[in-house]
Amino acid sequence: MTFRLYMVQRISALIMAPLVLMHIAVMIYAIQGGLSAEEILGRTQGSVLWFLFYGTFVVAVSIHAAIGLRTVLSEWAGLRGTALNAAAWAVLALLLILGMQAVYGVTAT
Amino acid sequence: MADKHQMSVSVWRGAAAGSFQSFDVKMEENQTVLDVVAWIQQHADPTLSYRYACRVGMCGSCAMMVNGTPRWTCRTHVKKVLVDGHMEIAPLRNLPVIKDLATDMDPFFDKWVAAEGLHHPTQTRHDPIEAIDPASAGRVEVNAGIECINCSVCYAACDTVAGNPDYLGPAALQRAWSVYNDSKDAGKQAILDAVSGVGGCHNCHSQGSCAVHCPNELNPMNAIAGLKRETARNFFRRRAR
Repeated sequence: MTFRLYMVQRISALIMAPLVLMHIAVMIYAIQGGLSAEEILGRTQGSVLWFLFYGTFVVAVSIHAAIGLRTVLSEWAGLRGTALNAAAWAVLALLLILGMQAVYGVTAT
Repeated sequence: MADKHQMSVSVWRGAAAGSFQSFDVKMEENQTVLDVVAWIQQHADPTLSYRYACRVGMCGSCAMMVNGTPRWTCRTHVKKVLVDGHMEIAPLRNLPVIKDLATDMDPFFDKWVAAEGLHHPTQTRHDPIEAIDPASAGRVEVNAGIECINCSVCYAACDTVAGNPDYLGPAALQRAWSVYNDSKDAGKQAILDAVSGVGGCHNCHSQGSCAVHCPNELNPMNAIAGLKRETARNFFRRRAR
């Protein structure tokens, strides 16, 4: 892993940490009076705030996980060079697509 | 083995391809693993190749894998490692084997140089000797790593080296950290750049095998953490400029 990837992974972790805490806190708060899809969607649909919150979350997770898996693929599967970078970019793209699709699904009106 | 006066010793023979050969060796009251290897070479098979020099834990030449664990064989007592009257001795892990128990240490030492683990002088021989306060923070950091004997035990113990041949490894990075903290060294930026590449300190997963197995009880993992900290600080400092 190069220094640049290391820093990007650490910074994405720093971004994720408060978002995880906030995510868990809201979950605990939101289920107090029971939980329904309508209730969640009523809160998230059309909300720029929740779009930005989970959008940022997805971007940070995708970057963080892609770099982490890149290291695993390098050390455990022996991938190197172009193949390794291509695999990492593919993981990033997949996670971004899946994640942003979910964010769009709950925030679009 | 039932016989209390004999032990069976499996020794690696060959290079990368090879196999273990079994020898029966007489047990002595005081006997190191290196004594056993020397006995085999002197009394059982003179073609056995291995490396040693000082026999007192200073030169770092005699490290081998003993029952799968990297150890300095001259300071490892047989009784500490014998399992049911048996032990297995193999060449150091993570290094090319030349023959039998002798490994090619070149990659290990090349990485010391690649990590800039060398002195970059601030003065010439004509300048007066600079006084260093033994209690200064930098000198205390240097003290922590300076007793390294270059035995490559940490390098053999490191799973990150095993998974990533480019990785500079614990010893080279610890040396880089020692030199970085030397107030008489002028190459600080060169060191930070050298440990920030593809095989640099940021590959370390802090598993700590280096610290567990270091025969001198040094902690290269700590030194690597120091390098990670300094490279990150340097990153933000450079951005702020």
